[in-house]
Amino acid sequence: MSIEASTPTSSTEPNAEGYRGFTLGQFSFRRDEYFAYISWPTGSHIMSVDAFLRAMQRDIAWDFFYGIVNFDGVFGTMNHYGTVDLFAGRYNDSYRKAELDYSENIDTPIIREQFKAILDDWTNATFDPFASPHETGPAFGVKNGSNVDAITRRRVAANRMVNLPGDEELRNDENGHPLNRMFKDVPQDEPIVEAEPGFENEIAGFNLFNYLARSQVTWNPSVVSVCKDSLFCPTTEEYILPIIHGNDRVEWFIQLSDEISWEVEDRDTGTMRSRVVMKAGDVCAMPADIRHQGYSPKRSMLLVWENGDPNLADMIASGQAPTYPADF
Amino acid sequence: MAGVTNASGAVEASSYKTVFASLENFSKGGVELINDDPRHYAFSNMYEVASMSKPWEQVAVGKNMQYVLEVVRAEGESGWRTASHDQFAVSLDGEIEIEFYTHSAPVDASVEGSVALTADPDGQRMGRVVLNFGHQALLPANSAYRMKAGRASVVMIQTIAGADTKFRWAEICQTV
Ligand SMILES: [Fe+2]
Repeated sequence: MSIEASTPTSSTEPNAEGYRGFTLGQFSFRRDEYFAYISWPTGSHIMSVDAFLRAMQRDIAWDFFYGIVNFDGVFGTMNHYGTVDLFAGRYNDSYRKAELDYSENIDTPIIREQFKAILDDWTNATFDPFASPHETGPAFGVKNGSNVDAITRRRVAANRMVNLPGDEELRNDENGHPLNRMFKDVPQDEPIVEAEPGFENEIAGFNLFNYLARSQVTWNPSVVSVCKDSLFCPTTEEYILPIIHGNDRVEWFIQLSDEISWEVEDRDTGTMRSRVVMKAGDVCAMPADIRHQGYSPKRSMLLVWENGDPNLADMIASGQAPTYPADF
Repeated sequence: MAGVTNASGAVEASSYKTVFASLENFSKGGVELINDDPRHYAFSNMYEVASMSKPWEQVAVGKNMQYVLEVVRAEGESGWRTASHDQFAVSLDGEIEIEFYTHSAPVDASVEGSVALTADPDGQRMGRVVLNFGHQALLPANSAYRMKAGRASVVMIQTIAGADTKFRWAEICQTV
């Protein structure tokens, strides 16, 4: 691992297909009509550019999220909350054994800006990386415009709860959040809320399921309510989670509607540990030593429940806090 | 079956059915083990937990350090409760009315989780919320609140473990 106080970055002029190339430390990135190519001092890698851009979009939108965002079994990022490890083969048993894995620790603002530049240059006008495959055109082909609005959506995060005065607004047709085509049958009623004068900031509620049914994006947890470090981060899911999420803490899933299948692998080696099938009402923990990828055949509502305690990752890594949610 | 041609060029179904569950009608998934212990996942189903609970028991179905996710079988009228911090309630089945009052017996800020009040609240009426299926309400810090449900209903509460939180992992979770 090399530690750079200030990781150098650069970009090239557009190639024959119209796309710029980029470097970030000793990693380099280029794309053509179908693929993203990544190389580093000890190896190189190829990914479908469709999958690469969907993963890159989440990594940027979540500001590198909790723990590891694996773009696939080889390439990804590990968040240290201030710096980020950009790695290849680090969580892949074969690369590790061959000593071909490679990682650079990069200040978050530097990797954030270069990732944004790559996503911006490589996303065509036809492609929305947040959308389900049914809701977007292709990522492929030669350079064809850009889709700035789609890739720079504001991150939605309530301070206390959605629909409190001054907090995140409800979603409706007027503010650009029509009911999703797969949630047309979700009830639209709102709760009865009667606040006595002076208690409007305390007495509040909203229809969470209607709110979710109007989400424009897939696989993008956003905070709806906050109890200290306990964050309700529901999201709507369709097709495949574009990353394989490696946990640095226990994370909980609460399936609110429909069904998702999860493939669960060992976080460090990638070997299979389980498959989890979740139906409406099911609750399941993802331990802190695994990684997971979800498959949702129909758009579904998933409540991701996180503990945002900034000390938690270090406590688990040092063995002071358990990897599993409960002892029984 | 066939509906519109979508943005990708594929033809979609003309309509979709969203599958929710209820106390009367739920089916569970589960953990299919390859090389792991099912207890690591603490897999349960909230409707099943509520179906096995007494009214107003606060059963933890999720725990992350001090934080918990409680499932409550709401049926009849609860006692008055309060907490030093915000909590949130989501109806997962049924209509739940929640009344709110101020009161002069706040719990110390160091006390986590909800606490039963020993007497009716002596303060001012703050208001009322009626949750139906899928609705979420704030249970504001330091308020006194009481819930009512005309039939057996299910509420999920985002809170911190307290004296009345029930831990029954071995009874509610998949163990093999
Ligand atoms: Fe995750």
